[in-house]
Amino acid sequence: MSTQSVLFDVPGPRAARRNRVIGALGAVVVLGLLALVVYGLREQLSPSMWAPFLSLDTWQYYVYPGVFMTLQAALLSVVLASALGLALGVGRLSHNRVVGWISAIFVEFFRSVPVLMMMLFAFYVALFTLRLPGEILPIFGVVVGLTLYNSCVMAELIRSGVHSLPQGQREAGLAIGLTRGQTLLNILLPQAITAMLPSLVSQLVVILKDTALGYLITYPDLIRSMQNLSVVKGNLVTSFVVAALIFILINYSLTSFARWLEHKLGRRRAGPGTVVMTGLAMDPDLETEGGRVQ
Amino acid sequence: MLDLIREYDVLGAFWITVQLTGYAAVGSLVIGTVVAILRVSPVRIFSWAGTMYVTVIRNTPLTLIVFFLFFCLYQLLGWHLAPVSARSSTHAFVWGVVGLSLYHASFVAEALRSGINTVGVGQAEAARSIGLDFGQSLREVILPQAFRGAIAPLGNTMIALTKNTTVVSTIGVAEASYAMKNAIEFSPDVLYLIFAVMSLGFVVLTLPMGVLFTQVSRRLAVQR
Repeated sequence: MSTQSVLFDVPGPRAARRNRVIGALGAVVVLGLLALVVYGLREQLSPSMWAPFLSLDTWQYYVYPGVFMTLQAALLSVVLASALGLALGVGRLSHNRVVGWISAIFVEFFRSVPVLMMMLFAFYVALFTLRLPGEILPIFGVVVGLTLYNSCVMAELIRSGVHSLPQGQREAGLAIGLTRGQTLLNILLPQAITAMLPSLVSQLVVILKDTALGYLITYPDLIRSMQNLSVVKGNLVTSFVVAALIFILINYSLTSFARWLEHKLGRRRAGPGTVVMTGLAMDPDLETEGGRVQ
Repeated sequence: MLDLIREYDVLGAFWITVQLTGYAAVGSLVIGTVVAILRVSPVRIFSWAGTMYVTVIRNTPLTLIVFFLFFCLYQLLGWHLAPVSARSSTHAFVWGVVGLSLYHASFVAEALRSGINTVGVGQAEAARSIGLDFGQSLREVILPQAFRGAIAPLGNTMIALTKNTTVVSTIGVAEASYAMKNAIEFSPDVLYLIFAVMSLGFVVLTLPMGVLFTQVSRRLAVQR
């Protein structure tokens, strides 16, 4: 991204003055709206409501376990989803019609079903069919739901990653006598997976946010443990604010890491047009890097 | 199966899902466009505010946003967006739409920004050189092309929105996933059938959307 936008001229002294006036007016409006919310919540934001966060017990019994449970579900899901996604992605690229069709139907179906519904379904299957013990039901539901959905996203990432590689890569592999499977495994996939690493990291952000859906199947994630805290201390607003800050902190670091990774990989690889499409991951941000206007 | 659909009012639940999607689509499109304009505007504090909005909202779970609106603003502060006398389900619905709009607005803003990025530099430079100011060049030259270039990511956002409407079941809006949970709890013996019916409902909603957006984005793509 260049520092100078092409959408407008460099402001001269008069335009700069006018921009400052508009900016000040806008700031007043935005700050006014914020002040209205803060004023409405003034009792909820008073120092006594923040006080619980000064005690070590709050962090030890509510915040830390919540963060731990959220990260645990997210990491388990990302590992399982990567494995299943790799299998599905290879399945879709396979020249065996049956395998291709099964993978395609699986991916298209589970991509269009909401994660929450898959969590509910997995939860109740575990409860009624598998008869799993009660304490692992919630995490089973969360991890299975997230894995099913995200493996489909990753399968699509792998597929588009392989398709976006230059044709010559595959042709060269076949020309030196490798089979189609060997070409895929030794030549195409390593490049595709390297190229999709940034998208994989930003998919972790989506997974982390989606663990919050486990609330409905009683998974004790960060939001639920913050709500438990607020039941004890009566500080719902500050608990939610702290939860939001923790999420933003973790996710923003992950996004920045993904961006850094993409920059690094992009510089290493020669030639354009090998960046994996990220639209499927609901993350247009990575697509827009190195854009034209702005 | 028809009994099941009738008994748990599956169609009614999906109608709520469709309504949530429709209202939130309009809401997020309006808010998202404003945020996108703020982000590219020449006034420093506006672009900062736009970036801030996207960063904060995108990194917060939708569940948390919906909870904050419903429990904090509605229940604690008593802010009513619907007539006070309305049923509590109506209040939950309205706040659900607000939450969905605010959340997806950040994705709409990102989609539009990527759309703006597809517009050639020459277009912006030509607009400036014939004397259009920022507002005019945005309105007459950049945004019309940006919207056309942003249809594919906007479509992805709309599909995600359709699926994310299930999240507002956490504040008690009786949409599809709420009906599914209800149905499974009352007739666990047909668990698989219930899931098949409800997920098929979403496939029916989202698959045509994807096809439509792909076609429209192809047809309206700006030739370069």
